[in-house]
Amino acid sequence: MKGMTIIVKTISSWVKVLIFLFGIYIILFGHLTPGGGFAGGVILASSYVLLMLAFGREFVEKNLPLPLASKLDCIGALAFALIAILGLVLGGSFFVNFLYQKYLPGEALNLISAGTIPLSNIAIGLKVGASLFLVILVLSTFRPDESGNKQE
Amino acid sequence: MAIFYILLFFMIIAAFIAVETENLLSSVICVGAIGFGVSIMFLFLRAPDIAITQIVVEVLGLIILIRACISRELTFISGPREFFGVVVSVVIISAIFLAGVMVFRTLPDFGTAIFARAPQAASKTYVAAGLEKTGAANLVASVILDFRAYDTLGEATVLFTSIIGATVILRKKTKKLLEEPDA
Repeated sequence: MKGMTIIVKTISSWVKVLIFLFGIYIILFGHLTPGGGFAGGVILASSYVLLMLAFGREFVEKNLPLPLASKLDCIGALAFALIAILGLVLGGSFFVNFLYQKYLPGEALNLISAGTIPLSNIAIGLKVGASLFLVILVLSTFRPDESGNKQE
Repeated sequence: MAIFYILLFFMIIAAFIAVETENLLSSVICVGAIGFGVSIMFLFLRAPDIAITQIVVEVLGLIILIRACISRELTFISGPREFFGVVVSVVIISAIFLAGVMVFRTLPDFGTAIFARAPQAASKTYVAAGLEKTGAANLVASVILDFRAYDTLGEATVLFTSIIGATVILRKKTKKLLEEPDA
């Protein structure tokens, strides 16, 4: 499986940057406009899926190896849990928005506002993007044997 | 309101075709059509957050399903249907449908908020004081990441656990790892 024709490869190599940028925008502006961590993370994963369909699996695996993707997944989950525990330590209760209430109120409708909400969006975006990329990579790597039995 | 009935009719027809057709690829495409209909419906119901998520997840899921049914050469469904299974599923679906009709009577009318009927509802606080209490202009973000962040934590945990399960079950090197002696 070496990917598709040169037309698809050229166009997807232009478009992938725009898709990735759009995913980052959706994540970063999740507390101001519709969107957020989950939708943005899926868009990030879909830019890699586009690369995988156009260039083949090996290219993507070289670009973002499987161990690195699972590390990014774990970092996202740990960061989200860390934000929750920091709320317990600094604000008094689990998941309290300690940044907004105590340290960095910010001004509404600005990019830097709403305390921990943009940070949680970034953590969830990282987590969702990496894990959806992982599951697609793993599902496309899996092949049954010639005898029809599953790999053991 | 007419647009909702048109979309609903379209989605029900697509669901029937998805169940009845014998070609697996066209069945998958019909499932995708249902998903896009749902996302357009969310857009008309003024829920752009859910519409974005729905359309993005739908595209990704459709790609995975189409790829799976092309590469496995399982493009046709064959074999007779079991009579007993069909009867049981029809009974269960109609029971759920009747329960849903009963539940719909308790909902407020379309377009009116729940706190018009129940003044103590928590959503009143979310709408009235969401910007002041969290500073987020997008009220949906303030609900899912501040007021109801426990839900999001649980959702993230479910996703994390399912990905761990998928990677462990489907990995390539299982046999090698099992044959190696413990270090």
